Amino acid sequence: MKNLHIKNGRVIDPANRRDEIADIFVVDGRISKAPPPGNCETLDASGLVVAPGLIDIHVHLREPGQSHKETIATGTRAAASGGFTSVVAMPNTSPAADSSATITWIRERAKAVACVNVFCTGAITKGLVGEELAPFGALAAAGVVALTDDGHCVQNHEVMRRAVEYARMFNLPVMDHCQDYSLVGDGVMHEGEWSLRLGLPGWPRMGEEMIVARNVMLAELCRSPIHCQHISSGGSVRLLREARQRGIPISGEVCPHHVALTDASLKTFDTNFKMNPPLRAEEDVEAILEGIADGTLNILCSDHAPHATYEKEVEFDHAPFGITGLETEFATFCDLLVHKRKVIPLGRLIELYTLEPAKLLRLDRGTLSDGTPGDVTLIDPDLEWTFDAARSQSLSRNTPFDKHAWKGRAVATIVSGNIVWQAGK
Amino acid sequence: MKTWTRKDLIGLDDLGAEEIGFLLDTATAFKGVGERNLKKVPSLRGKTLVNFFVEPSTRTRTSFEIAAMRLSADVVNISATASSLQKGETLKDTALNLQALHADIIVLRHSSAGSPRFLADRLDSSVINAGDGSHEHPTQGLLDIFTMRQKHGRIAGLNVLIVGDILFSRVARSNIHGLVKLGANVTLVGPSTLVPAGFEKLGARVVHRLDDVLGEADVINLLRIQHERQRKEYFPGLGEYVSLFGLTKARAARLKPGCLIMHPGPINRGVEIDSEVADGAGSVILEQVTNGIAVRMAVLYLCAGGAGLPT
Repeated sequence: MKNLHIKNGRVIDPANRRDEIADIFVVDGRISKAPPPGNCETLDASGLVVAPGLIDIHVHLREPGQSHKETIATGTRAAASGGFTSVVAMPNTSPAADSSATITWIRERAKAVACVNVFCTGAITKGLVGEELAPFGALAAAGVVALTDDGHCVQNHEVMRRAVEYARMFNLPVMDHCQDYSLVGDGVMHEGEWSLRLGLPGWPRMGEEMIVARNVMLAELCRSPIHCQHISSGGSVRLLREARQRGIPISGEVCPHHVALTDASLKTFDTNFKMNPPLRAEEDVEAILEGIADGTLNILCSDHAPHATYEKEVEFDHAPFGITGLETEFATFCDLLVHKRKVIPLGRLIELYTLEPAKLLRLDRGTLSDGTPGDVTLIDPDLEWTFDAARSQSLSRNTPFDKHAWKGRAVATIVSGNIVWQAGK
Repeated sequence: MKTWTRKDLIGLDDLGAEEIGFLLDTATAFKGVGERNLKKVPSLRGKTLVNFFVEPSTRTRTSFEIAAMRLSADVVNISATASSLQKGETLKDTALNLQALHADIIVLRHSSAGSPRFLADRLDSSVINAGDGSHEHPTQGLLDIFTMRQKHGRIAGLNVLIVGDILFSRVARSNIHGLVKLGANVTLVGPSTLVPAGFEKLGARVVHRLDDVLGEADVINLLRIQHERQRKEYFPGLGEYVSLFGLTKARAARLKPGCLIMHPGPINRGVEIDSEVADGAGSVILEQVTNGIAVRMAVLYLCAGGAGLPT
């Protein structure tokens, strides 16, 4: 366990309402008020923001089973180079993470090769097919932090109700990829002017809103938290706002592409703009920005979904959904939310990536409190830089943000006091 | 407009009014070739055209084949069942192989929207879209517009009704883009499930009662009801469709004199169009087929950089 002295940075720690120039110490891998005895490595953070380590609660690491797209080693390197000290892995691996054996395999593998913390989610249903509940008790014992069928959505409301009720016994939040299959059908892009123009099957907003509404009702009925993943529609934001105002334990997360891009980007049929849920219209972007501003949407994440180039380089409707995002998400949000649109200040941006996800998943992280794990991210909020996908740490290159320029970037990632990544090094 | 600068024809949405006009004028120059005894010009001699039809078609493929032969190009036909796509080869690899065989022009028919664009972005060969999913069918749109211009002498100001399944129709989209750019008044008519109001954003009017607009039409273009791929929830049945949107004899009698009756084929007699109306005076359905060759000659000639227009 490492000792580290981070000097002269602007410490922003939302949990402790701190925003001041200060030094941060890590002693034996944990945050410490007191400096370590004797000499230790120092990091000069002058001119930089010192934040709790960023957490991405929605990442596809693809192992086991799809290591041609990403591995735990490459995925966590991408996370580190995006400023993330913790990632939460989705269960749609092969086999699906629906058993304690698979969870244990992932955790052991992560212990051996991951350069950041890897937390696991377990499946809601066996094989992610929406029929029989996965063994939540065994999954909880194996260390999952939440349950989700992400990539799939439990269509049977009775099954989902029992899942939410049963999960409560283990204090596990249920996260849901909100998609009504009968309304979405074979939709591949937002249903709107552009889907009509391009002749591509539409994925209507209501396909998401229907399940968000269902989840609001279930969270109310079961008095147990449900977290709605990757919100894309303005209508979903309104449903969540109303429910949260009534104190229902429901939350929602936002991915950068859903606010930085719209369905008009699909006009060249580039499959690097194809993801699920799809890019939507300007009015959805505006509604999501309002939702971030007023706290309706309280978590930011990437839905990092790597696919091999040969898998994406096919006819549009045959291409898999999903884009990478770990290395670009913080910059995209910082540039848009803090600088360009001034939706939230930098401190709140950090909170949405640290304290809020830690609260949802009950992680002992996301703060710089004395005694917590020594996970720290150094941020230069004004650094102008350009992303080069060819130099990505991910195994895959399916990003719509190649050669994009932003203002703001994480410049160093520290996990338990170890510097696991530094810009330019 | 003096020169044509595109190597590909993907859709009429991409083209300007001037380019569409230039294509139609070039087609006019080629129309006479088919009426001669010697139906051949040397414009594309030495060029190789591949008709790459991943989705079945007889009419369009044959039309492209005849157009290419009249331009003296060498033609190879490949269908999905005969191609390596059946063996799991990707569209990209099949296309790269065609290019390695020095195909100058690839005419692609594919069930996936965007496939011609996908090839055009990756190949030096000219790529001509012969219909991609529900996206566009630009040569069909051009031949429809060519036929309207030939008969009415103009496009600007014409009242054109397009009737039927607009949502899934690539023919409708190419017609809408071309006609709107050339100044026609386009009205889309059909069940509200198949003609969503969103089409107004493309510059057309959306109407759900054929009888309200029948009398104003200079052209009525009837689309085939694709009952083989129609999901049942879009409308209750063919009987109800015919009663609301079929061009029956009674409705045909209410058309203005000189109104053109068009159909991209193949027609379902007794469904979207009454059998006698299809064969009747206002019908230009077979002239559309003939004009298709001249239009496709113009497209191939311009995109492949042919020389020497026929005089």
